[in-house]
Amino acid sequence: MDVTVRLNVNGVDKTITTDPQRKLLDVIREEFRLTGTKYGCGEGQCGACLVLVNGEPLRSCLSPITVADGKSIMTIEGLARGDSLHAVQEAFLEEEAMQCGYCTSGMILSAVALLRENPNPTDEEIAAGMNGHICRCNGYVKVMNAIRHAANTLRSESHG
Amino acid sequence: MDKGKHQTGRFSTSPRHTGTLPAFTLPRRTFLQVLGSGILITVTDPLALTQLAGATLPVAARIHLNEDGTITAMSGKVEEGQGPRAELSQAAAEELRVPVSQVRLIMADTDVVPDDGITAGSRTTPRNVPEMRQAAATARELLTQLAAAQWKIDVRTLEVSDGRIRNPANGQVMTYVDLAKSKDLAKRFAENTQSDVAVAPVAEWKVLGQSVRRPNSRDLVTGGHRFPSDIVRPDMLYGMVLRAPSYGTTLASIDLSAAEAMEDVVVVRDGQFVGFAAPSTHWAEQALEAAAKTASWRTEPQPVSNSTLHAHLKEHANTERARTDVKGSVERGFSEGNQVVSATYTLAYIQHAPMEPRAAVAEWSGEKLTVWAGCDNPFRARRTLAEEFSIDTEQVRVIIPDMGGGFGGKHTVEAGLEAARMAKRAGRPVWVRWTREEEFTWAYFRPAAVIECKGGLRTDGSLTAWEFTNINAGGSAIETPYEIPNTRIASVSSDSPLRQGSYRCLGATGNNFARESFMDELATAAGSNPLDFRMAHLKNERLRVVLKAATDRFDWSERRKHITPELGVGLACGTEKNSVVAACVSVEINRNRGKIRVLEVCEAFECGPILNPGNLTSQVQGCIIMGLGGALTEEIQFENGKILNPGFSRYRVPRFKDVPKIDVHLINNPDIPAAGAGETPIIAVAPAIGNAIFAATGAHIRSMPIRGDLLKKS
Repeated sequence: MDVTVRLNVNGVDKTITTDPQRKLLDVIREEFRLTGTKYGCGEGQCGACLVLVNGEPLRSCLSPITVADGKSIMTIEGLARGDSLHAVQEAFLEEEAMQCGYCTSGMILSAVALLRENPNPTDEEIAAGMNGHICRCNGYVKVMNAIRHAANTLRSESHG
Repeated sequence: MDKGKHQTGRFSTSPRHTGTLPAFTLPRRTFLQVLGSGILITVTDPLALTQLAGATLPVAARIHLNEDGTITAMSGKVEEGQGPRAELSQAAAEELRVPVSQVRLIMADTDVVPDDGITAGSRTTPRNVPEMRQAAATARELLTQLAAAQWKIDVRTLEVSDGRIRNPANGQVMTYVDLAKSKDLAKRFAENTQSDVAVAPVAEWKVLGQSVRRPNSRDLVTGGHRFPSDIVRPDMLYGMVLRAPSYGTTLASIDLSAAEAMEDVVVVRDGQFVGFAAPSTHWAEQALEAAAKTASWRTEPQPVSNSTLHAHLKEHANTERARTDVKGSVERGFSEGNQVVSATYTLAYIQHAPMEPRAAVAEWSGEKLTVWAGCDNPFRARRTLAEEFSIDTEQVRVIIPDMGGGFGGKHTVEAGLEAARMAKRAGRPVWVRWTREEEFTWAYFRPAAVIECKGGLRTDGSLTAWEFTNINAGGSAIETPYEIPNTRIASVSSDSPLRQGSYRCLGATGNNFARESFMDELATAAGSNPLDFRMAHLKNERLRVVLKAATDRFDWSERRKHITPELGVGLACGTEKNSVVAACVSVEINRNRGKIRVLEVCEAFECGPILNPGNLTSQVQGCIIMGLGGALTEEIQFENGKILNPGFSRYRVPRFKDVPKIDVHLINNPDIPAAGAGETPIIAVAPAIGNAIFAATGAHIRSMPIRGDLLKKS
């Protein structure tokens, strides 16, 4: 029996009537056509599918669509303000923190949430906070650089 | 880089006319779609392009000048994250003397680009970059000739920079934009193959040698890039395929009625192939599950498991057909020595596990098939698809959007075939993306291996004989770089119980692990130390340089004095694909828990002149960390034909917390041609770790992955 779910995606209200077991990831990709959110493993191990739900990181490959009812979802497509990239996106570009780039969407959103919680993380805290993300190009060093870089930018913005 | 081409003046010779070759053409409709405005060439034979290669290609096959002065460059190579998009754009920009931002590179669209073969084997840098440079240099030369003709002056007096041709005598300037509309230019680009006009010498590089960012990287941070699995076509269905429960199993019967009764589901049964296409992946999965529970399977026994694998490989070694390379006489060498040492090393199957599993969208339009796919071999994929559906090759267009990783694991186009089968029946485009479990089970693996080593030592500590046999993993980097008078080196095939294929540096990961681990065992037997023992047998100057660089930076000799049973340091080096690498590592060993942790990796790498330092650093860092996985944790477990760990929860790949302190030292060597760099930096990692553990504990490390649990104190 299908259910109707109302949610806000990147600032836009949406209504979807579908099987309650259907995964949030599949709805985002196949119904809303926002393909920046990726499938990586289907078992919550790699973080490629990570989105922010009411600001909190969620692995959309494991989550049925019903968890999003009444919530605000941010996908990677909703992070920039027009042409102006978020500091974390800028930092990933500046530090060349991607190779194939398939894991990048989830990593960036996770880093946004991490830095909101902890604006001045140590390297250990970054590694612990990002450990649920897999990059098979193994570009972890530059991702660490990018998150440090973004933390600096965001701190100077908030102090400025 | 070809040194010989650096010396002459800017306009050495005229481009060769194609003469009797068929006039070069592109399919006009496709071309207009892809390039927008620019030079247009009439259609006569769409295949002319792909039947040509290398130096026989007309300039127009590689380079187009658009009417706004921007440049479209074309390559059959695939971007899977290792940097050819930046590198090939740099190559075109360098020789056309324009900023790299003015070049737009089209890659891997079989209707538009030349057949540059497979993207593998570190071949893009040594082969395709020079080809792109030569084509771009020829294009620049043709442009300059046209300007000279219009001005009626000697071409050799003109200067070219920043997309402008200048007559220094009177300061007159003509831009590429001015020339772009010339019909004469279009004709010249189409009729001339690349000339041997000089390319820029390394010392004069402006774009090459710089850290140029991947041109489409902004789309990667905004979610705007469409990977193969992101392609959406109008009216598209999502497909899933019924898989056998294990290797050696075939479908005996299945009841498809429940799935067929589902609304909007297209079921395709063709022999062993059963596919389900539906308006969503969820619905396709429901249909698959409804049918799968009615399936009955015929099972052939699969007696080999990962615990009996190496005995099986050895037993089935095809020694009669070994590829053997003999120098001197090892029998004589062993008899001349006073000591013979031998050891056997093993290698597990591992998975590439790229973040994006195999994916494709297939769309039929009458007899014409278009497939977007994640595959590193677009023209081979096109032939495979044409054969499968008994249509002409030119009826198939394969497009490879920049894809989510490969590492040698995506030479084949399975998802494309599956999508095309379903799309043909459905009469609509069909999308297929393998699940992680499918990728871990049915994609091919890096070969497992047994590697047997035997070395003879004289009392003075020199090696007299070397015997090295790799069973099942192939001959990549199987030759020893060390000077040994008598050697017998063999690569032997065997019977692989699982599907196997290429990998990052393929057999070199295993061959270098065995050789470099064994070198440390020999050094100990010879009463020497790992560094002196290697240097005493090493004449390869490039390898000596990286070995010295890595050990100096790491302070290896001093730190080796402070090894404890809990803290080891080790080194390894190697050469493959015309590049050289050396690594020093420090490793923490917890013998109570059987845990190994790599604390530091210092790696020196040299691959000729550095084309893009930023990307090269990424490749070396990535290889080092990927190498940790194969060294310590990655291993496919299987029993009764079933993969037991087909997911990241049970197959451990490196994560953030595993990343050691990494020091990458890139050595620029401008005096030789550039070699590829995406593979070789992986080969020194595992043996350096094993050697550190050996130095700390005395335990012989002879398997990949290294079994920390075997070091556990009982």
